[in-house]
Amino acid sequence: MNVKDIINPANLVYEKTTVMNDTPMHYCPGCSHGVVHKLLGEIIQEMDIQDKTIGVAPVGCGVFAYKYLDIDWQQAAHGRAPAVATAIKRLLPDRYVFTYQGDGDLAAIGTAETIHACSRGENIVFIYINNGIYGMTGGQMAPTTLPGMKSTTSPKGRDEKLEGHSLDMSKLLMHLDGVCYVTRQSVHTVASVRKTKRAIRKAFEYSMMNKGASVVEIVSTCSSGWRMSPADSNTWMEEHMFPVYAMGDLKDIE
Amino acid sequence: MAKLKGAIVVNTERCKGCDLCVVACPSEVLALSNDANSKGYNFSFMEREDNCTGCAACANVCPDACITVYRVKL
Repeated sequence: MNVKDIINPANLVYEKTTVMNDTPMHYCPGCSHGVVHKLLGEIIQEMDIQDKTIGVAPVGCGVFAYKYLDIDWQQAAHGRAPAVATAIKRLLPDRYVFTYQGDGDLAAIGTAETIHACSRGENIVFIYINNGIYGMTGGQMAPTTLPGMKSTTSPKGRDEKLEGHSLDMSKLLMHLDGVCYVTRQSVHTVASVRKTKRAIRKAFEYSMMNKGASVVEIVSTCSSGWRMSPADSNTWMEEHMFPVYAMGDLKDIE
Repeated sequence: MAKLKGAIVVNTERCKGCDLCVVACPSEVLALSNDANSKGYNFSFMEREDNCTGCAACANVCPDACITVYRVKL
């Protein structure tokens, strides 16, 4: 049987989700954002909640998320996505509301909003993309940058004595009573992509059960900011990011 | 056990040639083309199409959702 015979709608196994539109994404080649967008689209399609989902876009590379997923979106000021999502969820409690934020947004300028939204137990989902630097502005050091990691503003590596330790937001948020689910995942292999999909789906389901805030941290790569190829970035992430940001569920109240 | 045979279609205009599908493929089917798309990226294609089992590993890791996967049981 040759390839032309196999390529037939009856034999279809996997295709791009219809929630994601055909607009070419502005992300760099190999960017983890694309995989997470795709997963969100697949989950929204599987749960059939396309007209009941509202996303809040951040400031950062993820700011254009509203261009690629055909759901309702609101763009928030830098770091203020949890505050905007709080308002949306309180006014429209029958909608699935999520924020999509990077580490510069959620863990730096928006730390206060994140902690208070989680502490209040808002029934929203946080999709937190952590790549350890400010990717959009040129790879500067972020609170999440690893000790010794080079960035454009720490060219000799992050010095913990001068610049402090890396901020582990998930570990911080899991202690808040308003939070029902905290997990840390990645999207660099097939198995991890599937695990992340299950985690995001669980978080969406918890938000509709009014259990409180759910945080899905996705440890990601920034091949442009890290100055590596996408494949090398994944290896570097496994070797350096995972020992600091360990994978797995940190909190799940079931 | 039935043998599985697969095939993929790459949206070559959408592909950015990041190479992640080539790394993810367990059967070493994929490679980056010497041709480039209109943006100048060397898109991925099935170099050894006989090896494809339609496992969809490439499509799962593709950040730009460029890959459609088909599979038949022989």
